[in-house]
Amino acid sequence: MERTTGRYKKRSQAQEVWRRFRRNKRAVAGLIMLIVLLLCAAFAGLIAPFDPNKQDLVNRCAVPSMEHWFGTDELGRDIFSRIIYGARISVSVGLIAVSISLAGGVSLGAVAGYYGGASDNLIMRFMDILLAIPSILLNIAIVSALGTGLQNVMIAIGISSIPGYCRIVRASILSLKEQEFVEASRSAGASDFFIITRHILPNCIAPLTVQATLRIGSAILSCASMSFIGLGIVPPTAEWGSMLSTGRDFIRNAPHLCTFPGAAIMYAIFAMNLIGDGLRDALDPKLKD
Amino acid sequence: MTKYILRRILFMIPVMLGVSLIVFTLMYITPGDPAAIILDEGATPEAIEMLREEMGLNDGYFVRFGRFLLDVVVHQDLGVCYQTHQPVAERIAETFPNTMMLAGASVLVAVVIGLIMGIISAVKQYSFFDTAAMFLAMVGNAMPNFWQGLLLMLLFALHLKWLPASGFGSLKHLILPAVTIGTSSAAAIARMTRSSMLEVIRQDYIVSARAKGQSEFWITVRHALANAMIPVITTIGMQFGSLLGGAVLTESIFAVPGIGKMMVDAIKARNYPVVQGGVLIIALTFSLINLLVDILYAYIDPRIRSQYR
Repeated sequence: MERTTGRYKKRSQAQEVWRRFRRNKRAVAGLIMLIVLLLCAAFAGLIAPFDPNKQDLVNRCAVPSMEHWFGTDELGRDIFSRIIYGARISVSVGLIAVSISLAGGVSLGAVAGYYGGASDNLIMRFMDILLAIPSILLNIAIVSALGTGLQNVMIAIGISSIPGYCRIVRASILSLKEQEFVEASRSAGASDFFIITRHILPNCIAPLTVQATLRIGSAILSCASMSFIGLGIVPPTAEWGSMLSTGRDFIRNAPHLCTFPGAAIMYAIFAMNLIGDGLRDALDPKLKD
Repeated sequence: MTKYILRRILFMIPVMLGVSLIVFTLMYITPGDPAAIILDEGATPEAIEMLREEMGLNDGYFVRFGRFLLDVVVHQDLGVCYQTHQPVAERIAETFPNTMMLAGASVLVAVVIGLIMGIISAVKQYSFFDTAAMFLAMVGNAMPNFWQGLLLMLLFALHLKWLPASGFGSLKHLILPAVTIGTSSAAAIARMTRSSMLEVIRQDYIVSARAKGQSEFWITVRHALANAMIPVITTIGMQFGSLLGGAVLTESIFAVPGIGKMMVDAIKARNYPVVQGGVLIIALTFSLINLLVDILYAYIDPRIRSQYR
């Protein structure tokens, strides 16, 4: 809605959303937490006081101290530095896995919703099948088929969260495709591709953004879960889930090997949830309770 | 209503076929030769080849999938576990009740904590309890299950020595894993209960119930909660999938001999039949629970019931 009269300044929709987002204290807290996380990932080399893979066998399982803020692990590696470097893995898994599922879900959902009929049936029944398998099991099955490693973990997580996006896009398209502006565009000779990408998808951006933000958090969690059972990122790479997995064997005598990596995972998910909730309220003020 | 239930059950058949096709395909392209795994490292290539032939591993993709389906549907045979040489159905029968017991206890934890927190938060909106409960719910939502499991184990089993750290068999063994799995779902249920209750609490019929002098407790339970239950039940039903998934990790942490631990071990050993059987059973359970949730709606809400007639 453009307001050009009086003392109101003309604001774009994005500015309006940002204005509402900014007023929400929790959302801003989440954003700050996310920026800290991104800075850690980007400047890990500058922030981390030690090499994350440098072993110091004399100082094994040392408790937190001024030198080693979060203590050292079973091989004497600095846990603080490993957590900082681990942010890189989590951030990239979050972003890339979500991009994969966005790309897959949006295109499948668009085809299903726009063309309907047999393609709709085929795609949505396939989504029902994917939804019938709890996502952690699907992830496990895909990674064990493709092999462990960062890339395959991203693919697995990406595939298993396609149905969520697919449903959102399909539902929005079903409600949009009969509307007048779409009909007008079609009568002006626009191609299906043009109509979908220019007229319909921009109208699904709000629910997609919220879903994607929340999904980044759960992608980080899935990656950590898989590393935890030994199927994701394999040692010695500094990854929060695999740090927890090895720390588990030392929980009796050196619990700090488990507490800090777990807290890091929680921090990342918490930040994404705060932002996701804030975005939902900012994008759609009607939904706010 | 019966017609609707039957249609839903019929609809589950293609979904289950699809699930088995996906699981079978993934296991088919998984690297690693099960024959070599069964025979250990010392086996000669000839012996491995013979076993491959015997197990039918040399046949084509469709032949093997067809045989798998035929065995499952006609003979109720899920194959033989490569490690223990027991029928897979038998191994599932041993582990599945434990997982269901754990899942049941977790649902109980989740529903009791979630509902109580959600109701009090809604009734005392913006109070200290509300703020604290909703903050806790957000923390519970963000906390990885397996980490929470380790922390609980550290506190209650290793430090306080109140509860056993691992194993299965008594109620005491069930508490830590059930709380671990249940609390994250409790968080989701609490948030949903709160927002659903807040919507209902402002309705006119609540005001008229209050006007006729009904007690505040009775209004909350009989008038508000009953009408706020539909979205809450949807959440509970949806949480069941993540409860079953959460059971996979939590079972390995607390050494619960359930289907999740069995499957994680089987994947590491490339024990295909056990993985296939496990995923099928979990997917079937999950679909049945979703069906039950849908039927439950009709019992709770007469408005929905009338649509099915």
